[in-house]
This record gives sequence, structure tokens and C-alpha cells, in this order.
Amino acid sequence: MKKLIITMIVLFMSSAVILSFKEENSTFNYAALPKDSVASVAAFKQVYTVLMSARCMNCHPSGNIPLQGDDNHLHTMFPKRGVDGKGVYAMKCANCHQPTNTPGLHTPPGNPNWHLPPADMKMVFQGRTPRQLAKQIIDPKQNGHKDMQKLIAHADDGLVLWAWKPGEGRKLPPMSHAAFKKAWLTWLKTGAYAPAK
Amino acid sequence: MNRRNFIQSGALLSGGLLISFTILKANKLAALADTADLNVFAPNAFLNIGTDNSISVYLSHVEMGQGIWTTLPMLIADELDVDLKKINIKHGGADKAFNHVIYGAQITGGSSTTWSEFDRYRNAGATARTLLLQTAATRSGIAVESCKTEDGFVIAGSKRYTYGELANDAAKLPVPAKVPLRSPADWKYIGKGSKRMDARVKTDGTAKFGLDIQFPGLLTAVVAHAPVFGGKVKSFDAGKAKAVPGVREVVQIPTGVAVIADHFWAAQQGRKALQITWAHGAGVQLNTGIQTAAYRKLAASDGLLVQEKGDVKAAFTKAVKTISAEYVFPYLAHAPMEPLNCTVKIENDSCEIWTGTQLPGGEQAAAAKILGFKPEQVKVNIPFLGGGFGRRATPACDFVSEAVHIAKASGRPVKMVWTREDDMKSGFYRPFYVHNVKIGVDKDGLPIVWNHNIAGQSIMADAAVLFGPPPAIDDTTVEGVKGSPYLDEIPNHFVGLHTTKEVVPVLWYRSVGGTHTAFVMETLIDQLAHDAGIDPVEYRRGLFKNHSRHLAALNLVAEKGNWNRTLAPGRFKGIAVHEAFGSVVAIIAEVSVEKGVTKVHQVDCAIECGLAVNPDGVKAQMESGIIFSISMAMYGELTFVNGELQQNNFYDYRITRMYEAPRINVYIVDSKEKMGGAGECAVPPTAPAVTNAIFAATGKRIYNLPIVNNRLEKQA
Amino acid sequence: MIAITINGKQLEVAADPDMPLLWVIRDLLGLTGTKFGCGVAQCGACTVHLNGEAVRSCVTKVSRAAGQQVTTIEGLSKLNDHALQIAWAELDVPQCGYCQSGQLMSAAVLLRENPNPTDQDIDDAMSGNICRCGTYPRIRLAIHKAAELQREGAKS
Repeated sequence: MKKLIITMIVLFMSSAVILSFKEENSTFNYAALPKDSVASVAAFKQVYTVLMSARCMNCHPSGNIPLQGDDNHLHTMFPKRGVDGKGVYAMKCANCHQPTNTPGLHTPPGNPNWHLPPADMKMVFQGRTPRQLAKQIIDPKQNGHKDMQKLIAHADDGLVLWAWKPGEGRKLPPMSHAAFKKAWLTWLKTGAYAPAK
Repeated sequence: MNRRNFIQSGALLSGGLLISFTILKANKLAALADTADLNVFAPNAFLNIGTDNSISVYLSHVEMGQGIWTTLPMLIADELDVDLKKINIKHGGADKAFNHVIYGAQITGGSSTTWSEFDRYRNAGATARTLLLQTAATRSGIAVESCKTEDGFVIAGSKRYTYGELANDAAKLPVPAKVPLRSPADWKYIGKGSKRMDARVKTDGTAKFGLDIQFPGLLTAVVAHAPVFGGKVKSFDAGKAKAVPGVREVVQIPTGVAVIADHFWAAQQGRKALQITWAHGAGVQLNTGIQTAAYRKLAASDGLLVQEKGDVKAAFTKAVKTISAEYVFPYLAHAPMEPLNCTVKIENDSCEIWTGTQLPGGEQAAAAKILGFKPEQVKVNIPFLGGGFGRRATPACDFVSEAVHIAKASGRPVKMVWTREDDMKSGFYRPFYVHNVKIGVDKDGLPIVWNHNIAGQSIMADAAVLFGPPPAIDDTTVEGVKGSPYLDEIPNHFVGLHTTKEVVPVLWYRSVGGTHTAFVMETLIDQLAHDAGIDPVEYRRGLFKNHSRHLAALNLVAEKGNWNRTLAPGRFKGIAVHEAFGSVVAIIAEVSVEKGVTKVHQVDCAIECGLAVNPDGVKAQMESGIIFSISMAMYGELTFVNGELQQNNFYDYRITRMYEAPRINVYIVDSKEKMGGAGECAVPPTAPAVTNAIFAATGKRIYNLPIVNNRLEKQA
Repeated sequence: MIAITINGKQLEVAADPDMPLLWVIRDLLGLTGTKFGCGVAQCGACTVHLNGEAVRSCVTKVSRAAGQQVTTIEGLSKLNDHALQIAWAELDVPQCGYCQSGQLMSAAVLLRENPNPTDQDIDDAMSGNICRCGTYPRIRLAIHKAAELQREGAKS
């Protein structure tokens, strides 16, 4: 019988959040990894530098307008998130953002799934402290009902991967995707502790 | 009198200018002119009436958004007594008959179309109407005094003739030297207005712009230009470009290398594949930072005398307080929505051009010179202009000349298309300027001395090909400081000019001198009012005591715009008044500054322009100028590093968008004053009204544009 | 050959699949109502409907439109009588007119999805279309007017 049991126990402590879980038949045998708040927090701090880079944060804005550029300025046309995160009316993301990056400098970057988080699950990165962001990411109520497996899988999401192939003239996240994925998994596997601040 | 003489004298008498025959050729009437079976009555260059009752009006000026496609035919419709909607409207093409009544050359510019053509177009209509009445009188045997016109008919007793029925005979009559104009009481359009005659074709894609010209065999050319002004092609390899499917030919021309292809995209791909080595020349020395420092130094000293009164030096010793200010204004690109383009077809001994131009005669002459033709061998067709703002009135005829060179070098009919980047990098910018002003005030806070120096390039120097060598004082640099109503009231003043030379070609930009002079004058007056503790409207009223038109505009906007209104929390207001092109505009801007970001929420505008021939058209031009000015003030800036322009497209040369557009209310002063223009005069006062409001919001004065370069914190 | 339906007509065009839809429409099919303004999806002058969405044809490869429905300004209505076109003329919106095809195509999506748009909705829908002549205040009024005409039309 293939059965997946995930138990998420979220313990709120004074300085950290512990997430523990159990899973069968998974390629990631993280249940076996020892919980390690020091390693987990250190890994998340790495993760955080990526999430707060322009390539990730620009589509996780604090408001309902995405950001643009390496300086995170408001997207100059003020496109709005919309209910599904795909824009509104004549300004839907895919009206300009094609399935692939448009060639040239300052042209719309592209991905088949280009969007913001939806209105009911905004997953804001902009302005979040490491602690706030870590807690937010593992909270199914805030993360799009993602369980641990989905969170792990998200590291290889097509739109996430776009950040490392963002088209001409755009700064890459501060580490390789492999390094990011390693930090992401380490953070999750060692207990998904949130930093103190 | 033969037909040819008739038509010539008709134009001479009714319009005061000799009409040459090329206009008839252009109108495909030449063949008709000497035949007995003339089926068109063309009493002058501006109008003809067909026996089929068709009425065609030819525009001496071009439509680029400002609405003359409606206003000029209105003038004829009122005098001819016809329904405006029944008139076929056409651009006249290049012809001396269409030369500007004041400027000499054929030009659409200076906000002058309506006032400069007010008499000529009314006379054109009145001449035709007079001849139609005479024809009807002769035919019916009823005295001409007893005949009248009524909406396209002549009523002669019980007879009712269509204009078409009378056209052939009317064409045979001698043209009277002087014709009566109708009384304003009979005007159906003038002063009342009309819906735009070009609105419908601009809502379904049928309006044709230069870029829309297509005919069999026409190819598209895209040009690689030197990245630095004055640069030349040292060598190039077209091998890879020619390998791009659709590319037909690659030719070198004086301004670069042109790739000619079946369609735009192939040409653009071909250009990307070109390998060119450029000889940059001296232009690489241009750096905005260095230029700013040099101009600041220059403007700190007194320049060539522009205007002077009293004893400036002595007056400063008497001043209770002095203030000094230095302003820096960047180069600006016009950036019309339709990128510059030109289509050229050369056949044996003739050349045909299609392009959106404000200078048809200039383009014709330039093309003829390149081809070794006489001007009349070059026919200029003018579709609608997708915006101009001055850029399509380039005396150097840069884009037309380039297209002619490509057609000549390749021997093919070509449509030369500039990309947005080409358009932005093509030069002919609003010049870079620095102003340095020192003011002394008396105990009441009123200015008693004003010393003002301006440094910048001469636009007229770059227009010399059309207007001849520029005078030592280029009025386009100083207008708005020179002749300022404020300076009239200041007993001691000096205005000086330092004319600079740069590799960057410069050009008039919507409202020309007013783009910067109004900003300096209106922000400084605001500063003086604030320092004196006097309301800025009251302060200006005092200084306008001898300038009734300024006062009228100011008072109307203060009243209708409710200057003393209570503003919502976080909202602040600013005022400015400026005269340009014969009209005075007063602006109240209401802004907020949140987290350092300025937003203009509302603009109230009053214009004193004399008779507003098409009032809603005037309002539209106010709206247009206000938003143009907000773009300029908020974002407009071109910068150079080692001669290369740093801006490319709308992502780094921003234009106001819908969410940034304010609510606008326009009020027109009921005036009997001399008619002024409307196309440009809203631009000068809007920018300073906005920054005066920013001062009210933040306590910070802005001395350099664009606004986004200034750090603005909200008032504590 | 790429099959596209443009303004209800099924066509086959011989074009490189990477060629922008804008140049296929303008230079290969001769429909010039759709304009070239910036080439990088900044100005919206090239806006057409792709399966009803207001795509910027200058950055949309023709391959994306293969087998799909494209509507250009020429196909917005048969008789220049879409509520927006009527309102545009009634309120004298166009000035130079160059951007207006794109403005109308954007506004048409807004009005279809929201028959009673607020000023904020208009900002949210229309800020991707630049007008250098500054016709924004009239575009705003005309969209409200068209919404009114549409409502009246629905009633009658």
C-alpha cells in the first residue's frame, strides 16, 4: 500500500519554529535527518538571499503591483495582481510575457506560467524578515496549501527555475540553482527552523 | 483670361500669395486646367467644388493631433455656407501656395495654424461663395443682392441651385479683388466648434500614417546609425545581414548602413547581423556630467546682452535680501508615438515621397537637392502625422534625406522605418540648458533687481538651412525670460545669453523656450511670494497689473479652479502663469508626495487666447499640453556617456500613463483680444505649477528636472 | 505555413514562426490599423486580441497565434460601431490617433470583462497603453460613455 502520511506539528517557540514530519516512499528521506536548528537556520539564511533577490521578490511584492528590474521598482505600467495572480482586463501578465523570454534588453521576460501569487495567497516576500518569511513559507494557510513534499518540489518549479535563466541584462540570484536547492532542502529537512529575527 | 491665369490670379487675390501650378498637378487637376470641360471649380489653392457637388478643402498645414483637420475646414464651411461634414479634407502637399503667411516657408509650427489662416481660409471660402452667387444671379436674371446661399445651395428667387450646378460657370468668372466676409452672427462653426472630422477614421484603423504606406514592390529599410553623433562608417561587413531570409540589399549611405528587405522584421534581423566598425569622431567627448559643470560655470557669468534696464550692480547694494538660484535642464526627445519614417519612390525624372512632416516644402527641396532634381519633380504626399511636437519640423530634413539616399543608392522604392530606439537616438533634441539667476528684493519682498543668464545651444543655428544664419541672440533660447511681464515691473534687470556649440543637433520641442524659461520664472516668483509671506496668486496679481491678459487667465483659474479651496489631507497646490505663442495659460496643479513619489491629481487650467475658434479643440490642446508637460517634468531626461545616449525606449524615457494622468478642467477666457495659439502654451506653466505644489507639500524647491532625480521627503 | 484566423478569416501565412505577429499582420497581411510604437511591449500601440486577450503583438511570435483567433482593430466591429468607437468619436478622443487602435483594443477587453468599470478599473486596464498626445482624460470619459451605451443597448 502506498500511503503518504505527513504529520506537521508546528511548535511555536520563543525563537524558532520546528516542523517535523514523516513520510514513506519518498525519494527524500528527510524524516531520517536529525533536526538541527543551527544548520536549518543557517540554510534558510542562504535561501533568504535568493528569495529576496530581484528575480524572486519582484513577483512576490508587498502590494498588488509586481516589481521590475534589479532595483525592485514598481512595474511601470502598474499591472494588478488580479484574483488569480495573472493580471486584470487588458493587462494580464501573458499579454506581454510570452512563454519564453523575448530576445533583447529590457524586453518582457517569459515563462508559460508567468504570474504572481493569487489574491487569496499572496506569499509576500518584499519587506519580510527572515523569520517572518520562513514561518510564512511553511504555513499551509499562507503557502498555497503546500505540504512538505510540495514545498520541496517547488524548488524545481518552472517559474522558480526561470530565475536562473532570466534573459538578457537581468542579475541572477546570488547563488546557483543547485546551491539554492541544497540550502532549501537542508532548511526543510533539518526541521525548517525560522531564524530568530 | 485663360484658365491658368484665372487660377493663378484667384489665388493671388484671395490669398495674397502666388499659387504655382504644382499644386494643381498634385491635385491631379493640371490636365483639367486647360480643357474646356473643366468640371472642377478651383478658385484658389485651398478649395475646389466639383460639378458633382463635391467640396474639397486642401490644408496648408498638417494634422498631427492638434485638430486643424477640423478647424481649417470650419473656416471655409462658415464662409462658403456648407455643412462641414460634406467637405472632403486633404493635406495640400508641398507647394509655395501653402507657405505660411508669416514665416514664409511651408511649416506647421509655432501654434500658428488657426490664427495665421483665419483670414486666408475664410477668404478662400468667401471668394467661392461670391462667385457662386454671381453665377446664380446671371443664370436666373435675379440681382445678386437678392440671391443668398443656404447650406450648399444658392437661392435665387424661386430657383434653388446646387453649388455643383454652378461650378463650371463660376470657374469662368474673374475673381474679385476683395470679397465680403460673413458677419460673426452668421457663423455656425467659428467660436462654437465642431466634432473632430478625423475622429472616425482614427477609431477603426483606416487613418493612414506614414508607416502605413504600402504598394506593390515597396521594400522596407532599417538603418544602422553611428552610436555617437558625427560618427562615420569606417568599414562594414554585410555578409551575415544578406544571409537573413527576406533581406534584398545592404547599402551604405552618408548616415550609416541601410538594410533593405521584404518586410520590417527581416530588415531588423538583417541590421542585427551587420558588422560595422565606426569612426566615432569628436562626439565621444560628450558626457552629461562634464557638460553640466561647464554650463554651470558659463551661466555664472554675464552673457551677451538680451535685455537690460536700470543699474543692476547698484540695485543689489540696496536690496534687503538676495537669492540665487541655478537650474539645470536636460536634453529631451520628442518621442512621437509614430516613430519617424519616410517612403520614397524614384522613377526616371520624378520622385514621390510619403511622410508625416511639418515642413513639406523643406523636405521637397532637400530631396530634390540629393537627386539633382528641381523641387517640382518631387511630389510630397502627407498622410496623418502620428505626433510631431516639433520633431517632424526638422529644417535639416534628416529622416527624409536619409530615405531618399537609400532609395537612390538602391534604386528601389523603400519605406525607411526607424525603431523607437532609432527615433530616440536620432538627435534634434530640446537643448540642454543651465540658468543662473540672482535676485534682490525690497523690504516688501518685491524684486527690485534681477540678473539672469542662460547657457545653451541655439536651435536657430541648426535651422539655418531654412531660416538663414541665426542672429547673435536666438530668441528661441530666451523667449519667456525675454519679454517676461515680471521683468517689466523690475526696475533693474539684466538678461544674458551664452550660446554653446555641441555635436548634438537640437530642435524646437513643443513650446520651445517656454519648456525651461517658464519653469525658472514661475518657480522663482513662487519662491519670492513665499519668502514675502504673500499668497502666490496675490503676489502675481500685483506684478501683472499692467498685463491684463495674464491677469485674466490667472483670475479665471483662481476663481473656477477655486484656488482657496480646502484640499484633502496630503494634497497640495501650486500655481503658474505663462504666455507663449500669443496666448496666456494659468495652471493650478494639485499634487501629493507619498514616500517620495509625486502624483498630480488634478489640474485646473485657464487660457486667454482671444477668440477660441474651436473651443473644445482648445480644451483638448490644453489637456494634451498639460500631460505632455507632466511627462517632461516628471521623467524627461536624456544623458550621454562618452558620446553615447543612455536612453533607448519608453522603459528608460518614461511617458505619463493613464494611472498618472490627472483630472483636468479647462476654462477659456471670454476675450476680444488678438487670437493666439493653443497647441503648445499649456506646456510651459504646467511643470512649474507642479513643482510649486511639490514645494507646498515638502518644503523643497526643485532646481533641476526631471522631478524623479530629486529626493522628495514629505514635510515633517 | 501557419494557420491563423484573423478577424474571422482563416488564413495561411508563410512566415518564420519567430516573426512577431505585428509584422505578420502589417507587412504580410497588409492590415495597417495595428501600429508599431516601441517593439518591446512598452506602449501598447500594437495591441490585438488573441483569443480575446489584449496581447502586445510586437513581442508575440506568430507561432503563438497558430490555430488561434486574432482580432485587430479592423475587426473590432463591422461598421465602426462598437460602443467604444462610438464613444471615442462622440467625445473627440483621438488627437494624432496613432495610439488609438491599441487603446481601443485594450478598452474592449476591459468593457467585456467589466461592463461597469470604475476609474480605478480604467487605470488598471489602460496603463499599458501610452498616448503621447495625452488623451487619457477623454479615454477615461469615453470608456464610461461606452459602458453607458452598452447598458442602454442591452436594455433596448
